Amino acid sequence: MANLCQTVPSTDELKNRIEQALPGANVQVEDLNGTGDHFRAEIVSDRFAGLSRIEQHKLIYDVFGNEIGGPIHALSLKTSTPGGTQ
Amino acid sequence: MSANTEIRNFLEQAIAENEVMLFMKGTPDAPRCGFSMRTSGALNALGVRYAAMDILPDPRIREELSAISDWPTIPQLFVNGKLVGGCDIVMEMYETGELADLLGVEQPEDVEPDEASVQPAAPMALENRLER
Repeated sequence: MANLCQTVPSTDELKNRIEQALPGANVQVEDLNGTGDHFRAEIVSDRFAGLSRIEQHKLIYDVFGNEIGGPIHALSLKTSTPGGTQ
Repeated sequence: MSANTEIRNFLEQAIAENEVMLFMKGTPDAPRCGFSMRTSGALNALGVRYAAMDILPDPRIREELSAISDWPTIPQLFVNGKLVGGCDIVMEMYETGELADLLGVEQPEDVEPDEASVQPAAPMALENRLER
């Protein structure tokens, strides 16, 4: 199938954008299939403290807006705070 | 009433009327995406009764669903009218036992996700009454 995206997002680009949105966060991004459209991101940030999982994931989705479901076909997330899982 | 309003009303009704409501790509028997497969697999493994709706037949379903839930991706699981999350959150909650607690069922001893997806499915089908 033709790839119509002019710019395929890279793991570095995703990592940088998450880090800009959440300063001080520890971010790891993996390209799951090596095709530049299915990503897995693990993010440790104290910004997540006191937030539900839904709110934590929304913080990250908001960084990418309409790109989720577009050029970024899938973004699997694991979020946690430096102290623990919530 | 516009078609989009009709779709939105239909989705809101489905969320309100079904205690456990899963919006997915494909069906529990024939999921069309790995994330949807894992999410319905977790529900199957817990043996809960749930309604599932395939969002693929009409792109407006997904548009309206995401507008209602403010959640950009599919699948989306609602319990008692409230968004629980997508695949990542549901699988995390499945593995920790929080999902079983939320649904009021026993946590199975073996919670390997790959096992979950091959458990026999007993979902209640939700008829898609939307016009194509």
